[in-house]
Amino acid sequence: MRTALAYVAKFLLLMFAVSVVTFVLVGLSPIDPVQANVGQQALMSMSEAKRAQLASYWGTDLPIWERYLNWLASALQGDLGTSLRFNAPVTEVVAHRAANSLALLAVAWLISGVLGFVLGVIAGVKRGSIFDKIVKGYCYLLAATPTFWVGLLVLMVFAVSLHWFPIGFSAPIGVAAADVTIFQSIHHMVLPALTLSVVGVANIALHTREKTIDVLESDYMRFAQARGLSLWEAVRHHGLRNLLLPAMTLQFASISEIVGGSVLVEQVFSYPGLGQATITAGLGGDASLLVAIAILCAALVFLGNMIANILYGVVDPRIRRGADHA
Amino acid sequence: MRRMKADEQKFSGEQGFGCDCEREHCGVDEQVLRESGSANFHKNTNVGDGNADRRDRDVNPVLYRPKSLKMANRTRTLAACVGAGVALAAIVVAGLAVSDAATVADFAIKNQGPSLAHPFGTDQMGRDMFLRTLAGLSTSVLIGLMAAVVSSLIALVLGTAAALGGKKVDAFVTWLVDLCMGVPHIILIILISYALGKGFWGVAIGVAVTHWPSLTRVIRAEILQCKQSAYVATAQKLGQSPLKIALHHMVPYVLPQYLVGLILLFPHAILHEASVTFLGFGLPPEQPAIGVILSESMAYLSSGMWWLAIFPGLALVATVLLFDVCGSNLRKLLDPHSAQE
Repeated sequence: MRTALAYVAKFLLLMFAVSVVTFVLVGLSPIDPVQANVGQQALMSMSEAKRAQLASYWGTDLPIWERYLNWLASALQGDLGTSLRFNAPVTEVVAHRAANSLALLAVAWLISGVLGFVLGVIAGVKRGSIFDKIVKGYCYLLAATPTFWVGLLVLMVFAVSLHWFPIGFSAPIGVAAADVTIFQSIHHMVLPALTLSVVGVANIALHTREKTIDVLESDYMRFAQARGLSLWEAVRHHGLRNLLLPAMTLQFASISEIVGGSVLVEQVFSYPGLGQATITAGLGGDASLLVAIAILCAALVFLGNMIANILYGVVDPRIRRGADHA
Repeated sequence: MRRMKADEQKFSGEQGFGCDCEREHCGVDEQVLRESGSANFHKNTNVGDGNADRRDRDVNPVLYRPKSLKMANRTRTLAACVGAGVALAAIVVAGLAVSDAATVADFAIKNQGPSLAHPFGTDQMGRDMFLRTLAGLSTSVLIGLMAAVVSSLIALVLGTAAALGGKKVDAFVTWLVDLCMGVPHIILIILISYALGKGFWGVAIGVAVTHWPSLTRVIRAEILQCKQSAYVATAQKLGQSPLKIALHHMVPYVLPQYLVGLILLFPHAILHEASVTFLGFGLPPEQPAIGVILSESMAYLSSGMWWLAIFPGLALVATVLLFDVCGSNLRKLLDPHSAQE
């Protein structure tokens, strides 16, 4: 119970800090949201009164702390403001975009986690073999490769050359949103999800490989093999459960990276998700949307870490018992 | 000791089971016996002088035989490290030298594929892609340099403060690290770049002030570990001043980690710079930058101009790998745990 309260307090403090930081950063910007939105020419030809009216509409005539307090007051009531670029309530835009993004993120996160874990275990067990060298080389190479470039390569090969998949968007062009079948949605999601998973594998595979090597050198693995278990049996019964915990920690901690990666990948594939909305908001000076997205991302990352902490107890009885004593 | 273990393992293979359990009981005598036994078994005549290395390498075909090395390990590591550093310096110098030539447009040769005259091809304005890539890489490395220096200094200050400044400072720094890591890195850089009005300084400062959290953690942990070591306690008991302890005991302990961390910051910084520029929040389009080149290439990919994206991307990957080689080899040299490998 006390830990739950501590989590809530920590979460609220984090949300508050993130909102202040983003608000200050956005407020510091020399980019004028009114000008960015109506355009230079329209702004020049506007009357003084009209300009003042717009400025007060977007709140740019107030000092930053006052704007923040106004925002905070309405945010606490669930109103995150209006998006300049999408001309709709921020909550609506974010919810719509997040639905697209979350599916993509979840798929990529799962695939990269499972694939990375399996590759890491096999590479670790077969240390020094060709398979190990390939996995290791692949991971080091990917760690040095920009995500968006991988996206470009995937796009060139599978969409431009082979025509297997569409080159962008989340639905076919010229089809009403209501008529899009689930198959079409999946078809459009394959390439971005593939890119994100391929990039996400590197970290977890390398880490799991190191851990596997550690575990294989442990006394209990040796004892298990001395009792007559084959290598793979020993790995399955004694190795995996010890490997799972660090891998899970890492995978939950990597949510931040995969969200960051999705910004790039969505841009490459013109996928209408949160990442693309971030870029549109940033380039167009859409402050309220930027703040909302930053907060949502921070919340996602926090949730990921929290779930990891809770799952420790589920996977590792020692930690559960330890928590009871504390 | 490790070598003996390896021998044992081989034996457990040869003698069937039970070797592992035996280890629990067997004392020193037994182990010595077994050592000499292994020598006899392999008809080893050299074991008398205790030269385990030679025994492995020259006589014994069953045990692990290391490859013969043309160069000593440490020399080779040092060479790789210095070589990578020199290559990176060469990229910067060459990039700066061709930065003017990189922007020369010649519409007579636009949209050409790779050839001997233009190894990376030319773009839609007839600019030589090889020169553009080179100039872009040099910008990237310079931004990376700035980011690495600034971020590592922040990390050094915060990490030291957290480790030596008491509980409250420690809690605050830890919270700052969590806060900074709580927002996806790319989005944080986008926000900072936006706050500064985008452009060169937007991305340069954005990249520079966001790469400190992980290094801060490392430095904090290192100093905490050092503080608890016996030799620092001894120095304190001997009445040495805190300043002297810091200079004589802490700095040599933390410095290697700091240097390696600094170099390993480069790859992240460079990749982030390219990514943010690619998204349109970084370097302006007229400046040579890998991010700019790649985002321009997006428009031409569907018309089959693959060279616009492939070669600049490969060059970027190669540069990042060079930093990795440099950093990880330097770590091997400086880290006492792996210094013997």
